[in-house]
Amino acid sequence: MFNPQAEAMPVKELRQLQGERLKTLVARAYTHVPFYRAKFDAQGVKPGDIRGIEDIAKLPFTLKPEFREQYPFGMFAAPMRDIVRIHASSGTTGKPTVVGYTRNDVDNWAECAARSLACGGASAADVVQIAYGYGLFTGGLGMHYGAEKLGAAALPMSSGNTEKQIMLMKDFGVTVLCCTPSYALQIAEVAAQMGEDLMKLPLKSGHFGAEPWTEAMRKRIEELFPLKALDIYGLSEVAGPGVANECLEQRGLHVFEDHFYPEIIDPETGDPLPDGQKGELVFTCLTKEGVPLIRYRTRDITMILDEGPCPCGRTSRKIARLMGRTDDMLIIRGINVFPSQVEDVLVRIEGVHPQYLIVVDRQGNLDTMEIKVEVTEALFSDEVKKLEALRDKIHHQIKTMLNVSAKITLVEPNTIERTLGKAKRVLDRRKLT
Amino acid sequence: MKVRQISIFLENRSGRLASVLKEVGRAGVNIRALSLADTSDFGILRLIVDDVDKGVQALKGTGHTVSLTEVLAVEVPDRPGGLAGILDVLSAANLNVEYMYAFVSRATEKAMVVFRFEQIDAAIAALQKAGVSVVEADKVYAL
Repeated sequence: MFNPQAEAMPVKELRQLQGERLKTLVARAYTHVPFYRAKFDAQGVKPGDIRGIEDIAKLPFTLKPEFREQYPFGMFAAPMRDIVRIHASSGTTGKPTVVGYTRNDVDNWAECAARSLACGGASAADVVQIAYGYGLFTGGLGMHYGAEKLGAAALPMSSGNTEKQIMLMKDFGVTVLCCTPSYALQIAEVAAQMGEDLMKLPLKSGHFGAEPWTEAMRKRIEELFPLKALDIYGLSEVAGPGVANECLEQRGLHVFEDHFYPEIIDPETGDPLPDGQKGELVFTCLTKEGVPLIRYRTRDITMILDEGPCPCGRTSRKIARLMGRTDDMLIIRGINVFPSQVEDVLVRIEGVHPQYLIVVDRQGNLDTMEIKVEVTEALFSDEVKKLEALRDKIHHQIKTMLNVSAKITLVEPNTIERTLGKAKRVLDRRKLT
Repeated sequence: MKVRQISIFLENRSGRLASVLKEVGRAGVNIRALSLADTSDFGILRLIVDDVDKGVQALKGTGHTVSLTEVLAVEVPDRPGGLAGILDVLSAANLNVEYMYAFVSRATEKAMVVFRFEQIDAAIAALQKAGVSVVEADKVYAL
């Protein structure tokens, strides 16, 4: 543990600390950010109404479009003289969300990134290869500051130039790898082409995030690299990587909740949900000075695990691996379905990543779901009965895992439309009428 | 003995069969025999061609899902009960036929039947022991 005092704090003390920090945060936001003052006033909440962490549900949510409307600096609660860093989201859906960090913010973020690395067993003796992009994106710099805070040697590779990544990984004796899970698989592929045996390297842990991935991918990465593959979570509006990280138990991500307070809500009604139930993840940044985020709706779907104390000794609550985005959520006959769940079922069936398309339609008053699956060579059989058995197996697994009956259609390769190399996952015909 | 047959996955949509056959033709590959297994949703086209590798290359290159399967081509006596006699041999040896299809060769004017077995080596042994003519692969490709 990087900071046992904070990470293994008795839960009662932790809640008290969170309450104190929330009070300070709310006062700061109300005083310095007109956006928050207007929202609080509209809801009839005053900073004085917040006496402890349990009062958090009285506060209004902050939505991504609202954050974006404050472009560029409307969310800032500190003057530019106190801001030492600015990051921004990619802004693929419009204006980016802009986050300013004070010196304390950068320190706290580095602390949480250092805790994340320590979750995988890293210490000052390690060499950390950071193959997340450096720039406005928080991945590279976030892990970089975390590695330095830990006292480890940060190797600022950024992403790309894979052959050089592999050469330095080997020659520098890299022990910790940070990148997206898909880039890890690409590194392994290029290493195989170069004839390099990654299993001989002294790697011990990998912190993979910034995109959704599955247990099947974890297994694959652990077969290709001699390391424990750990899930790391973060988002630029909240801080960046290091909001939560898996410990070596590999059963959920510890949220560093003395800084980032998590809640799970029903995305439809906004009501808080109990632990163990999946819903939308909401964060309040308890210690942020630059941009004091309150009840920010991440649109990520997960749950707070209801499991009791973690054997690793950390007392913070854990969230499950992300299950999808509220934007992707389909409601089929009243049941919430995420494309990622369908993908998970397909990956489990043959261990391959087939292309698929979910077609949702409405016949009469009944929603129908069809899943088209491209038949790759790994799935293809020369015999009708085997292909029918494959189709029935997918149908059965979807029914078991998602509680929805779907028609499975096997289709020829490259018939599912791809846009910019990414496959389209859902076609909802119900919206067209 | 073992004949290499190309199997192609087809969606049950108009024009799919034509598209596959066009690719085979464009590659200058000639079809010796074919069969189409179909269900309500999809089909499997099975082809025996004169140049297997070229055929596979042409189909894979155009993005089709293709597999190679080993089958046997058997000459069937041209008389009533000819095929039934062969099936008797197989059933006596406890061999299951996964699927089969027939074609007539121009060169020999004999009926031929293509068989797909799970246990192909046992099938060869049983057929030869019973004096059934299993045609050499090269002869089948060159028919």
